[in-house]
Amino acid sequence: MSGFFSQAQQLQAPDVAYQAVLPMLLVLGAACVSVLFEAFLPRERRWGWQVALTVVTLAGAAISLIVYGNDAPKAGVKTFSDVLTIDRPTLFLWGTLLLLAFGAVLLIADRSVEPGGAFVAQAAIRPGTLQDRVQAAKVGMQTEVFPLTLFALGGMMVFCAANDLLTMFVALEVLSLPLYLMAGLARRRRLLSQEAAVKYFLLGAFASAFFLYGIALLYGYAGSVKLADIATAAAGTNRSDTLLFAGMGLLVVGLLFKASVGPFHTWTPDVYQGSPTPVTAFMAACTKVAAFGGILRVLMGAFASTNWEWRGVLWGVAIASMAIGAVLGLTQTDVKRMIAYSSVAHAGFLLVGSIALTSKGVSGTLFYLLAYGLTTVATFGIVSLVRDADGEASHLSQWAGLAKRSPIVAGVFTFLLLALAGIPLTSGFVGKFVVFSAALQSGMAPLVVVALVFSAVAAFFYLRVIVLMYFSEPAADGPTVTVPGAFTTMAITIGALATLVLGVFPSFALDWAGAGGFTF
Amino acid sequence: MTPSYYLLLSAVLFSLGAVGVLVRRNAVVVFMCVELMLNAVNLSLVTFARINGSLDGQVMAFFVMVVAAAEVVVGLAIIMSIFRTRRSASVDDSNLLKY
Repeated sequence: MSGFFSQAQQLQAPDVAYQAVLPMLLVLGAACVSVLFEAFLPRERRWGWQVALTVVTLAGAAISLIVYGNDAPKAGVKTFSDVLTIDRPTLFLWGTLLLLAFGAVLLIADRSVEPGGAFVAQAAIRPGTLQDRVQAAKVGMQTEVFPLTLFALGGMMVFCAANDLLTMFVALEVLSLPLYLMAGLARRRRLLSQEAAVKYFLLGAFASAFFLYGIALLYGYAGSVKLADIATAAAGTNRSDTLLFAGMGLLVVGLLFKASVGPFHTWTPDVYQGSPTPVTAFMAACTKVAAFGGILRVLMGAFASTNWEWRGVLWGVAIASMAIGAVLGLTQTDVKRMIAYSSVAHAGFLLVGSIALTSKGVSGTLFYLLAYGLTTVATFGIVSLVRDADGEASHLSQWAGLAKRSPIVAGVFTFLLLALAGIPLTSGFVGKFVVFSAALQSGMAPLVVVALVFSAVAAFFYLRVIVLMYFSEPAADGPTVTVPGAFTTMAITIGALATLVLGVFPSFALDWAGAGGFTF
Repeated sequence: MTPSYYLLLSAVLFSLGAVGVLVRRNAVVVFMCVELMLNAVNLSLVTFARINGSLDGQVMAFFVMVVAAAEVVVGLAIIMSIFRTRRSASVDDSNLLKY
């Protein structure tokens, strides 16, 4: 026994830069507390406590991030024996994630739009039974959605700071598993919601198996899963290129799946449509930020030196993603599915910035993520307002003539759609501009031309909705526009205002995004 | 016996799992095929640990097992709930969301 203790004392515990990782620790710690709330508080008091805890946590994490970010070392800090890197892009991504999660949590917590909230009171009750009809009238909601949100957010924060592939894999699962469950918790149309959950889960597990096999092959190639070691091994050895490129291919497929890029997008429309709308907002905005944070770090950190071998393939993927998103988006009749295809097209634009592999490419992609995320949260906020007796009226034909019923909602939605299309004076335009100019500078002119063509095609289906809202007669039994409560109003206002501010005065956010590069 | 046979076996198991996910119809079997893929990866991690002469790969295999167990919890819960609703776990029956 004494031998054990003397040996244990010789072990050196890794240094932890607590101040740097405080935002992440706060979010994960609060997630655990939130689980305890579920266990010990009486059912009727849980909602209030959970909302208070979540909002306070997000605010606390944001404050600690700002305090640390003010005098953080420019070169970044590596901590937990180098598995996490807190550098400038990490700080920017964390800030973005916290802001977007705040908006999404406001939508999740809202109980005014749908009486009792968008979440089912008890997910275990079988849809369509008598008990289910009883619970549909009840006010309560399954408050487990709050700890799940916090765990997913914590996973996302680890994911975009991870400096080695194993940490990245664990973070990927921590962010995905709660999202699979959240997708299945809708109060209305529960069959669709459960179907979305099962599809997301099976395809997500399939993709993470590919991700993992990629890690194993890269481990075999480099003898380590640290990004820097893989980069060193790839720079100049006579090891097997098969392992390197097979490993990288599988790894990137897993990442592209999470980011819903191009041919790996098949889950996106179904899951976006079936999930409760606040969860769709969270998933669409935050998962994209985390996934592209990971893609940027992996491509820059581990594979930059071999880029002439693989860049062509990712060109193809980016073009496929833009084409699929823009063309299939045209044919959609459901507003949530249409936004899902728009997110596939946006993922293509983001990939154009990610494969520029320059500091301008990184800062442009980061800015694009912030702008796109805020617009998306507000968009889904608006989608949740247009309702009929059956819940959300998401079929596009029901949106006809909306401007005559509710000019404000139609006006804000028009503005957000114009931002998604990338019209000047919106953040979407600035985002596209910085990403495309970075791609141009790194010699990808043909790709930029293709991207511009597809942004024009995509603009058409946004305009189609605008025309529908303003120039058609409303149907007699059309949907009503719910007057939102404080939470949803706040989320939509934050998103729409940020879309405007980032479009008119983007320089401060661009400075933050470009404050420093990755450290590996 | 060279370690590369184990890598080959792992690749074969992984492919079997991947094909199983694509062709099987029952959600539980599809999920088992995903587990087969994860365990195939474990085999290659351990083999690479042997080839590289480091323990990292074996430790990673433990991480993968823990993650796979967590995935089972979430996955079976979701499959259970949809089975109770539809009295079927066939992935072909989940066809409400399309186009």
